[in-house]
Amino acid sequence: MSPAIHVNDLSWLIGGPQGSGVDSSANVFARACAAGGLNVFGKREFYSNIMGEHSYFALRAHTNLVRSHIDAVNVLATFEAETVFRHARAVTDDGAIVYDPALAKTRLSDIPTIEKRLAADLKTYLISHGVGETIGDLLAAAKQRGVALVPIPFKDLLDQIADEFQIDQLSKISRVVNMLAVGASFGLLGFDFAMMRASLEEVFRAKAKIVNMNAAGAQKAYDLARSLVPDFRYRLQTVARKEPRLFLTGSQATALGKLYGGMRFQTYYPITPASDESEFLEENEILDLNGHGLVPEAGGKEKGASMLVVQTEDEIAAVTMATGAALTGARSATATSGPGFSLMMEGIGWASINEVPLVITLYQRAGPSTGMPTRHEQGDLRFALHAGHGESPRIVLASGDFEECIRDGFLAFNYAERYQMPVIHLVDKALANSYATIAPPDLSDLRIERGALAFGNNGYSKENPYKRFDLGNGPVSPRALLGQEETIFWNTGDEHDELGHITEDPGLRNAMMEKRFAKLDLASREIPDDVKMAYFGPKDAGTVIVSWGSTKGALLDALDRLWAEGAKIGYLHLRLINPFPVDTVRKFLAKAKRRIGVEMNFGAQLAGVVREHTGIEMTHFILKYNGRPMSNTELYDALRSVLGGKAEKRTVLTRGA
Amino acid sequence: MKPADFATEVHNDWCPGCGDFGILRTIQMALAELRMEPHRVTIVSGIGCSAKTIHYVKTYGVHTLHGRALPYATGVKLANPQLKVLCLSGDGDGLGIGGGHFVNAGRRNLDMLYVIHDNGVYGLTKGQAAPTLKLGVQTKSLAHPNINDAVNPIWLALAAGATWVGRGYSYDIKHLVSLLKQGIEHKGYAFLDVLQPCPTYNDINTKEWYGGEDRKETNSGRPLPRVYKLEDEGFDPVVHEPSELEKKATQALEKALEWGDRIPIGVFFKSEHVPTFEERIMQRVPTYMDNPPALQAIAGPNGEPRTDLTRLIQRMTFKGA
Ligand SMILES: Cc1ncc(C[n+]2csc(CCOP(=O)(O)OP(=O)(O)O)c2C)c(N)n1
Ligand code: SF4
Ligand SMILES: [Mg+2]
Repeated sequence: MSPAIHVNDLSWLIGGPQGSGVDSSANVFARACAAGGLNVFGKREFYSNIMGEHSYFALRAHTNLVRSHIDAVNVLATFEAETVFRHARAVTDDGAIVYDPALAKTRLSDIPTIEKRLAADLKTYLISHGVGETIGDLLAAAKQRGVALVPIPFKDLLDQIADEFQIDQLSKISRVVNMLAVGASFGLLGFDFAMMRASLEEVFRAKAKIVNMNAAGAQKAYDLARSLVPDFRYRLQTVARKEPRLFLTGSQATALGKLYGGMRFQTYYPITPASDESEFLEENEILDLNGHGLVPEAGGKEKGASMLVVQTEDEIAAVTMATGAALTGARSATATSGPGFSLMMEGIGWASINEVPLVITLYQRAGPSTGMPTRHEQGDLRFALHAGHGESPRIVLASGDFEECIRDGFLAFNYAERYQMPVIHLVDKALANSYATIAPPDLSDLRIERGALAFGNNGYSKENPYKRFDLGNGPVSPRALLGQEETIFWNTGDEHDELGHITEDPGLRNAMMEKRFAKLDLASREIPDDVKMAYFGPKDAGTVIVSWGSTKGALLDALDRLWAEGAKIGYLHLRLINPFPVDTVRKFLAKAKRRIGVEMNFGAQLAGVVREHTGIEMTHFILKYNGRPMSNTELYDALRSVLGGKAEKRTVLTRGA
Repeated sequence: MKPADFATEVHNDWCPGCGDFGILRTIQMALAELRMEPHRVTIVSGIGCSAKTIHYVKTYGVHTLHGRALPYATGVKLANPQLKVLCLSGDGDGLGIGGGHFVNAGRRNLDMLYVIHDNGVYGLTKGQAAPTLKLGVQTKSLAHPNINDAVNPIWLALAAGATWVGRGYSYDIKHLVSLLKQGIEHKGYAFLDVLQPCPTYNDINTKEWYGGEDRKETNSGRPLPRVYKLEDEGFDPVVHEPSELEKKATQALEKALEWGDRIPIGVFFKSEHVPTFEERIMQRVPTYMDNPPALQAIAGPNGEPRTDLTRLIQRMTFKGA
């Protein structure tokens, strides 16, 4: 039987020490694929370190949309030893490894950055294959399985480049090795080299010499790899495409949604993985305006729009400064991760009792405490729901993919202003640091809704003053902005009366508590079902998955396979976690015999919330908390065993390097 | 405008004789004398007896969290730089729990006035030692003499970068009004430390003590006040040109060391040679002052989003063939 040929269905991985240019090589690879009409999904994994520790990018390229990663690697691109040791075993039998033959004698024990547990595990593997502990040995074991070995003499190629471009020191062009590895990969895959060249031009912009040097090197590696393995079983071919595609990260998607939603003020204190969003906003602080609402008399011109991004002294300042800004009417937000969010509690309570529209974008990462700062987790759901002392209403929205990041980034401000309370927008590390091509979302349905506003010309007087917390007209009191004439109000973190002055009156206390919480009921009634959740799969499925956040991509990719096999399984993806959509969730889950909670945390937090509100329990859990996002392949396996009646109540996923 | 135009009807619950009354009155007087329109002013405070001030003043008033008055005020001012922003704190509020913000506000030089009600104690929590209470001093409710030394607010403000630094005394009304007015009108970040007797918990630094009632002139029997005015001694706090910075900062530090028998009040330092935060923003965003975050129209008449992301999105788009 001749081996199967895979066209445009690839899992590629490149690794290397942090700071060595792995980021840009992955970027060049992904952009070249995208330029060639392919869809990509890339996942970035790195240590909390600046120089030297291992980092890698796993990237899938496909004709169709890709929403998640898989565990297997078809082409492993390396230029140093550690990546070979860490990832060689993940390469499929029909895959290939690009490597530096000069490293063949490097021993496992020469690599100090490999954790003891992994080193011991690798040793056992090598012993079981009856080989020694060098790279050469590991590669020999791979070759036995059928893996194609692609030795690229990086140093020789660099020497040639140095000659051609008259570079006196090799160290000046050491980063070119990255692009050699990318070039070799494309050579193996037979992809149009023009795409790589275009991509280099895009990534290195104006720097012609750098583009030419990298392109020349990559071309050499390309030709060499092609000649070494002319009949490789994975191929990439350009696809003609009419429609444009967006290529972005989750951080950028969230930022775009917030900008489109009219955000004009954002604070942050540097923290991984949240600061990327703020830095992106800062780079793009000058904004363009479209013609909506332009006064023709002004000659179609008006003063420029812009937003202000402020790096604060800490996250307490970040949340309180954003709240101060929100009081003036500017749509304001802050973005942070777990440790920073922990510092924001008191400020969130203040915004809630004072009914201030404030958006907090919470990029979850593995906790508790510093946890694993650069790794993924969905561990802050319960925390976001309850953050702060006392009882303070807030809306909690959780995004599951890039389009939801954009929409929720936008909607968060509408809800914050309509219901006058903090909105916590949950995203996570996996979303933030992944990038993908997506169809440009149609956002034409989105409208800015600022909720009830009070203006000075409403006839307020000494006898009939503006009451910021008016109890007379339903739970939402028209909101005035600092600086407006005739609507002077007061705020206080104490319980307050209608004007905003301190009170401890028991009756007023009840009225204010009830007013604040009634806004949540209102939100629950008004927010449409298609924002609250999405349901995928047959309506009458006997098995229903309940999940939230970025597991969405891996779930949908795994489900596509299960549905193709005829499995009757549905997936309820929850986006609005508070106020909790009790009735709709109950409706979707009531008839399911099997209910599977899928979450990236230890405690099955959403499952607990579902039980709290509906009384419905999950029959199974698929959980993961090792800091690495779920792959669609491990999810597929786990779901199959639940469907086959073979799974324990609780399955813990463990894949990922 | 009269000071009474800046008064509310809220019941005032400070202890009789509290130095905060003087600060409240002078704020109302200063705003009236500067002919401020009440709605153009926002006063932000932290938590403490001092922080309640905002409820007694008829301007926009934002009573926030313990220690956080400055970042709230900064947010208000940055989002709408056309507002006049005043920020009030207790000494515990501003120099203890809020110490980090105190330092960082100096780095920005945002155009606003920050006032600390300096009473040496945590008034609202019943008299514990505040960061301005000197080492070894034992006020009424302390079990032992103070084991921490005091921070010097004037020194700290100068070190942090405040471009106007003053000290007032809450029983010298006329002088304090003048200081408040200067601080409000200063272009940049102004810091005003106000000596504020707390008759209930600070039985050491009392009105009588500041007034020198305990050390009367032998012949006339007149008290010899501890507090004296810098300007009465010809002290010139102004950095007239950048080269004078070292000299002026040094003399301010020297003066700020005085305490005990002679306590200087007045303006210690003033420089207008440091760009304000607003000016720094304008370097990047030229339209910032005219069209600040709070005043931008973000939606069309039917809620159409006005932010046009085309340029940004084009950079992230792979076009179809
Ligand atoms: C986070 C936090 N910790 C503690 C308190 C309790 N607390 C209320 S007022 C206060 C001290 C106030 O002292 P100061 O700031 O000097 O103001 P004063 O009452 O003297 O004007 C404290 C500690 C609080 N409100 N919040
Ligand atoms: S405790 Fe002191 S500071 Fe507080 S109100 Fe009474 S006298 Fe004033
Ligand atoms: Mg005090």
